[in-house]
Amino acid sequence: MITLNHYLVLAAILFSISLVGILRRKNLLMLFFATEIALNAVNIALAAFSKFYHDLTGQLFAFFIIAIAASEVAVGLGLLIIWYKRTGNIDLDTLQSMNG
Amino acid sequence: MEKYLYITLFAPLVGSLFAAMFGMKPKKLFVGIVASLLLFISFISAVILLVHVASTDEVVKAQLFDWITVGSLNIPFGFVADPVSTVMMVTVTLVSMLVHIYSIGYMEHDEGFNRFFSYLSAFVFSMLVLVMSDNFAGLFIGWEGVGLCSWLLIGFWYHKPDLSRDQNPSISPAWAANEAFIMNRIADLGMLIGLFIIYWHIGSLQYDVVFSHVNLFDISIITMMGIFLFIGAMGKSAQFPLHTWLADAMEGPTPVSALIHAATMVTAGVYLVVRSFPIYSQIPEIGLWIATLGAFVAVFAASMALVNTDLKRIIAYSTLSQLGYMFVAAGLGAYWVALFHLMTHAFFKALLFLGAGNVMHAMDDELNIFKMGGLYKVMKWTAAMMIIASLALAGIYPFAGFFSKDKILEVAFDSHHYILWFMLWVGAGMTAFYSFRLIMLVFFGEERYKKYGFHPHEAPWYMLAAMAPLALLAIVAGFFEHSFEEFVTTLLPEYHFHMEGITKVALIGLTTLIALSGIGLAVYKYSKGGFSEKWKENPIYKLLYNQYYIPQLYDKLFAQPYRELSQIAWKELDLRLVDATVDFIAGIIYATGFKSRVVQSGNLSKMLRWMVIGLLILLVLVVLYSPVR
Amino acid sequence: MYETIAFYLFAALTIVMFTITVMSRNALYAMTSLAAGMIFISAFFFLLDADFLGVVQIIVYSGAVMAVYAFAMIFMDTLRDVKEKNPSKKIVFFLSGMVALLLVIILLTPLISEKVQALYPFSDEVGNAEAVGIVLFTKYLVPFEVAAIMLLVAMIAGIILASKRMDESITLKIDQEIEEELQKGKR
Repeated sequence: MITLNHYLVLAAILFSISLVGILRRKNLLMLFFATEIALNAVNIALAAFSKFYHDLTGQLFAFFIIAIAASEVAVGLGLLIIWYKRTGNIDLDTLQSMNG
Repeated sequence: MEKYLYITLFAPLVGSLFAAMFGMKPKKLFVGIVASLLLFISFISAVILLVHVASTDEVVKAQLFDWITVGSLNIPFGFVADPVSTVMMVTVTLVSMLVHIYSIGYMEHDEGFNRFFSYLSAFVFSMLVLVMSDNFAGLFIGWEGVGLCSWLLIGFWYHKPDLSRDQNPSISPAWAANEAFIMNRIADLGMLIGLFIIYWHIGSLQYDVVFSHVNLFDISIITMMGIFLFIGAMGKSAQFPLHTWLADAMEGPTPVSALIHAATMVTAGVYLVVRSFPIYSQIPEIGLWIATLGAFVAVFAASMALVNTDLKRIIAYSTLSQLGYMFVAAGLGAYWVALFHLMTHAFFKALLFLGAGNVMHAMDDELNIFKMGGLYKVMKWTAAMMIIASLALAGIYPFAGFFSKDKILEVAFDSHHYILWFMLWVGAGMTAFYSFRLIMLVFFGEERYKKYGFHPHEAPWYMLAAMAPLALLAIVAGFFEHSFEEFVTTLLPEYHFHMEGITKVALIGLTTLIALSGIGLAVYKYSKGGFSEKWKENPIYKLLYNQYYIPQLYDKLFAQPYRELSQIAWKELDLRLVDATVDFIAGIIYATGFKSRVVQSGNLSKMLRWMVIGLLILLVLVVLYSPVR
Repeated sequence: MYETIAFYLFAALTIVMFTITVMSRNALYAMTSLAAGMIFISAFFFLLDADFLGVVQIIVYSGAVMAVYAFAMIFMDTLRDVKEKNPSKKIVFFLSGMVALLLVIILLTPLISEKVQALYPFSDEVGNAEAVGIVLFTKYLVPFEVAAIMLLVAMIAGIILASKRMDESITLKIDQEIEEELQKGKR
C-alpha cells in the first residue's frame, strides 16, 4: 500500500536531485532545468497531500506553481538570451558584476 | 488688577525681544528708547499694583497656565502681588528703568548697544519672574534666568583677553562670567535639594501650601529645608565662602554692576530668606547662624574695601558688606528690616555705581582711584550725587541708610547678640571710612589725572537726570520707614523692640559717632595726602589687598586639583578606557565586515551554496525541535 | 497492487531521468531527459486522482515550457559540451545528501493528524476537472486572475527581451542613446 510518506519521500529525493543540479552546474540553462525539477518535486508533494487529506487546495496550489514556473521560464529565458548575445557564453562564473 | 500684573511682568520681555531683533545690527538709538519706555510702563503698572495692594489689603493673584502637571506634581505658572513682592517689583522696575535710561548714554559708543539692551531687559523679566512667582518652581526659574543674564552681562565684553591675576584681579570678563556662573551653580544645587526636600515632605511647591503646612513637620526636616534654601541664597547673594564672584563680576559694564550686582539680583538671596520666613521662624538656631555669617561677611568684605584701589571693586565689596547686614536682620527674625534695607540699599548703591560709571567715562575706563583726584572741579553733579550716596551708605542722618542700617544694629543689640552688634558697629565705621576714602581720592585732593594725560568731562544731562531720582530716594526713602513697616508687616511678622528709649538713643548716637569718625578719619587723612607708603609693606595691608588670598586659595584648593583630575580623566579614563573600548568595537565590526566581504562575491553558484547551507541548518533545527514529537 | 507497482516503476524512471538531467554534460540530453521526467511525473498525478493536474502537467510542462527551452537553445551553441569547473564535488554531494537525508527523516514521521480538516473536500458526485473548476472559480478567483495577469506580463516581457531586433539589445543601451533615438523618431 502506497501512503503519503512514500510520495513525500519521493518528492524529497527529487528535490535533492535538483539541489545537486543547482549546486553543481555552472551552465545557466542547466540551472533552469534544475529549478524545474525542484518545482515538480513540490508539485508531487502537494498533489499527494491533496489526495490523502481529501482536499483540493493542494492541487490548486500546484496549478499556481505551474503558472509561476511558466512565467519564470518566459522572463528567465529572455534574460538568458540577452546575456548570451552580449557575452557569448552562459557560464555562471562570468556573472560577477555584483562583486562586493 | 491682573492686567497690571501681566503688564509689569511682560513689558520687559517685549523690550528684550524687540532689542534682540536688532541684536546683530549696528547701534540703533530707538532700541534703547523703546526698551526704556517699556520698562517705564512696567514701573507704572507696578506702582499701580503697589497702591492697590496697599490701599485694599487685597493680594492680587494670577495664573497664566498649568505649567507642569505630572502625576501628583502640579505646578501652575502663577504670579502673586502681595506686599513683599510689590515692594520688590517697584524697586526692581524703578532701578531698572533708571539704569536703562542711563545706559543709553553709557553704552553710546559700544558696538553691542542693541544686544546690551536685550540682555538687560531679559534680566529684568527674569528678576520679575523671581519675585512675582507664587511658587518655588517659578522662583527657581527666575533664579536661573537672572543667573543666565548675569553671565551674559558680566561677559558682555567677552573678546577681552585673559590677563594674569597681578595685572587684573578678575583675569577677564569671560573668566569672571564663568566664575560667577559656576559659583552660582554650586549654590543652586543646594537650593534644588532644598526644593526637593520641600516637595518630598509637603507635596507642593506653592508658597501658601508650603507655608501653611511647614509647622506640621519635625524640626530636623525644617532645619534641612532652611539650610539648603540658604545655601542657594548664599550663592546668589555672594556670602562667604561663595563671595569671590561678586567682586570679579565688576568686569561687566557699569550699569550692569549697578543693576544686577548691587541693586537687584544679589538681593534675591535676601528675598528668598524673607519670603520663606515661615520656615526660618521655626528654626531660630539656623537664623542665628545666618546672622553670624552675615555679620562676619559685613566686616570681612568691608575690610577688603579699606585698601582696594579699584573704583568698582570697592563698591562691590561694600555691596557684599551690606548684604551681610541684610542677612543679620533676616536671620534674627526682623524680616521687614531686611527688606527695608534691601530697598534703600538698592537706591543708594545703584546711585553709587552709576556715579562710578560717570567717573569711568570721564577717565576713559580707568579704575585706579590713585590715578584720579580733584575731579570735583569738572564733575560737580556727579560728585554731589556720589557724596549723597556715600553718606547714605555710611548711615548719616537724614539719609536713607541711616534708618535701615541703624535698625539692623538695633535689632542685633535688642536680641542680646552683643557680639554681632559689635561686629556690625565696627563694620559701620569701616563702611564710612572706605566710602569717604573713595570720595576723597576721586573727587578731591591733588589732580593726579593730569599726570596720566586724562581729560575728564561731565556726563550728559540725561545720564545725570537718570541718577537724580535715585539721589532723591537716597535722601528721602528713610522717612517712609513707618508706612513701609505697616505695609509689609501685613504679610511678614512684626518685630517687637524691647529697648528703653534711652538705650535706643545711645545706640543711635554710638553708631552715628563711629560713622562720623570714620568719615572724619578718611577726610583728614586723605586731604593731607593719604597714608604713607610704609603701610603697603604691612602684612595686614597685603592680606587685605589680596582679598585674604582667598581667590588664590580656591585656585590651589579647587581649580588646580580639579584640573589635574580632569587631565587624568581625559588622558587615562577617556582616551584609554572609553575611547579605546569604542574604537575596539568599531574595529571588530570593521574587521568582520572586511573579512566577510568575500561572501558577497557576486558568484551565483557560491551564493546558492550558502543558501543550501542555510537550508541545511534550518532542517537540522526542524529535526531537533520538531513539534510533532 | 497495480498502484504500488506503478508507483515504484515511475519513481525509478523519474529519478533516473532527472539524474541524467542534472549530471549530463550535453544540454540536449539534459533537456530531453527533463521532458521525459515531466511526463513521468504526470503519471503520479493520475495515480493521485488529480487527472486535470496530470493533463496540465503534460500540456504546459512537457509541451509549452519544453518548447520554450528548445527555442532558447536555438540561440545558443548547445550541442557543444558546456565546460564546467566544479570546484568540489564532495561539498555538493554532501550538502544535497544531507538535505535529502534530513528531509526523508522529517517526512517519514507520520504526518496525518486528527487536527487537519479539509477546506474544500472532494465530492464523489463530480469529476476531478469539474471539482477543480468549481473551487478555482469561486474560492480562488482572485489569485487565478492575478496569475493570469502575471502570465500576460511574463509574455510581454519575454517578447520584449528577446524581441525582433535580435542584433541589438534595448536593455543594455545607455540612456543617452535611447534619448537620441527618441528624438530621431520625433523628427
